[in-house]
Amino acid sequence: MDEFLQSLIRGLGTGSIYSLLALGFVIIYKSTQVISFAQPAFMLAGAVLVSYLSPVVSFAGAVLVAAVVIAVLALGVERTVLRPMVGKPVFVVAIITIGVDVVVRVVTNAFIGLDVRQVGDPWGLDTVSFLGAEVQERYLVMIATTAVVTAGLFAFFRYSRIGLAMRAVAYDQEVALAQGVSVGSVFALSWALAGGLAALAGVFVATGAGVDQQLWIVALKALPAIIIGGLESLGGAVVGGLTVGVVESLFGTYQNDFAPWLGPNFGLVAPYALMLLVLLVRPYGLFGKREVERL
Amino acid sequence: MKGRPELYTSYGQDMAFLNTRPKRAWTGGLVVIALVMPFMITDDLLQLLATGFVAAIGAIGLNIVTGYAGQVSLGHAFFLAIGAYTAAALSGPETGRVIGFGITSLPIWLLAAGLVAALFGVLVAPVAVRLRGLYLAIVTLGLVFLGEHVFREWTSLTGGPGVGRPAAVPELFGVRLDQDNAVFTAAQQLYLLMFVLLVIFGVLARNLVRSRVGRAFAAVRDRDLAASVIGVDLTKYKVLAFAVSSFYAGVAGALLFVVNGFFDPGSFSLLLSVQYIAMVLIGGAGTISGAIMGALFITLLPRITRELPAVLPFISGDATGVITVFQLEAVLYGVLIIVFLIVEPRGLFGIWVRVRNYWRTWPFSY
Repeated sequence: MDEFLQSLIRGLGTGSIYSLLALGFVIIYKSTQVISFAQPAFMLAGAVLVSYLSPVVSFAGAVLVAAVVIAVLALGVERTVLRPMVGKPVFVVAIITIGVDVVVRVVTNAFIGLDVRQVGDPWGLDTVSFLGAEVQERYLVMIATTAVVTAGLFAFFRYSRIGLAMRAVAYDQEVALAQGVSVGSVFALSWALAGGLAALAGVFVATGAGVDQQLWIVALKALPAIIIGGLESLGGAVVGGLTVGVVESLFGTYQNDFAPWLGPNFGLVAPYALMLLVLLVRPYGLFGKREVERL
Repeated sequence: MKGRPELYTSYGQDMAFLNTRPKRAWTGGLVVIALVMPFMITDDLLQLLATGFVAAIGAIGLNIVTGYAGQVSLGHAFFLAIGAYTAAALSGPETGRVIGFGITSLPIWLLAAGLVAALFGVLVAPVAVRLRGLYLAIVTLGLVFLGEHVFREWTSLTGGPGVGRPAAVPELFGVRLDQDNAVFTAAQQLYLLMFVLLVIFGVLARNLVRSRVGRAFAAVRDRDLAASVIGVDLTKYKVLAFAVSSFYAGVAGALLFVVNGFFDPGSFSLLLSVQYIAMVLIGGAGTISGAIMGALFITLLPRITRELPAVLPFISGDATGVITVFQLEAVLYGVLIIVFLIVEPRGLFGIWVRVRNYWRTWPFSY
């Protein structure tokens, strides 16, 4: 039972990282209909920035500064690279974001070097007793932070004027434009939000083990998360992220007992298998919008 | 119609394989140059070009599914891997470490590699038929990760990560093409082999896309709903596109490592898929010649950047310095993709079209 609880908390902890990343993907998708493959690079850049800043301005300060800097970076990328492509096929834009990802990642890697960099978080691998099971503090922090950030985001979309504008753009760009919503700034803002979320997620990934050049792979786990949840659904992104985290963690713990033929480390790719299964049943994800098409 | 070579009086003439005189001249010229090349340049360049030709076969395959049929696939690395391992296992000798069947005849393992990959393409296609756009892109991306896992763990087939196994044995009519003999060096033979195969597969692909099937692909790409209304069987043609594309990928995968001789499961990562996407997009989506240009360009890119330190002193050739060639190379992929898509969406093929049109009416370019 302890083992199960530990595994579950670990899953929810990493799952909340995926949720943050998935929220970024979905926010960009809802406003621009594009999946930004640049998220992994922003995540990596955020973690690296924190590793440089935290000795100077404390860990919490570094996280805040990094989130803002990466948000501005993402906004800049949107303005310079993505804005000229408005109205082009989504696939082309998505591929451009792959290009952005490669460029940002290579530049960031130059700042990492060959060593593992520490982000200077206060938790490390310390454990705490939770409902009778020893769990790592950092997972609890991740879950709590994600809950707060997600609640804040939902409130922002629900109650603020800009949030309303973003929902309007997600609903229908042209109508929103006709109502006086500045669609351009909504695009920019959604990229900035996604960048900030990615930076935060990057810091969480780097707690414990530190930052190395392979960190970005983690961000790709958010892709099955958004597909499972449905591309248009913010709630789906959170659910999908947590599901992916828990599935990964439970497979890591128990798969050797009941399905050793899948090979060790199958947990790492289990989310992709789950994604295929979900899509076979529901081609638009669990909470995605079924597209009504007409000629 | 003498003296008026570009006057077409039938659809057949317009859609002919090489429908204009300049095209015939250029194609003939390029083939002759390519055939003379092995006797003019050094072996290491020949190896690079041979790899480029193989990559071109793979890029043509990706172009069929993505450029012509409009189904975005990031899973090309997976199909390349299927082909590579089918061929290696069929042609390799049975050792204690890895399985092998010792069928070294090239046509047999090449066809088998293509067919097995095509089979997997058909298996994946039903998912693809139900999904569209970016959902499909992410699912095919998931395929790469699942494939990587299987190839990492199935060590009796793949040799395991970091170790790998020898690539397929290229033996044609009893002659080992990867060993020097009295007339040719290994590099020359492999170059010629890859070139001939590229011509064969290029011609086949060109014929496919200018046929009824190719027109159906284009209709599905441009608007699948409209295509189904005018009677294009969406399921059939999407499955067909995936099957053909995977066949090409399987063939390319089987040959890709023949030049180097060795490969390990780590080769088939997402990066490989992105490289093929880059080939198609930089070359020009929806054109066969574009895919070939893009593949050669991407394959030669590392070589070009490696020459740069001699010209630009601030780029260093080893791992120290402001910018190393490796960083430059990686950045160039990204930058080239971005620049091409923003400035010239038709890719290298589009640049060629513009150059051609400029000179066609020169000096009256208005």
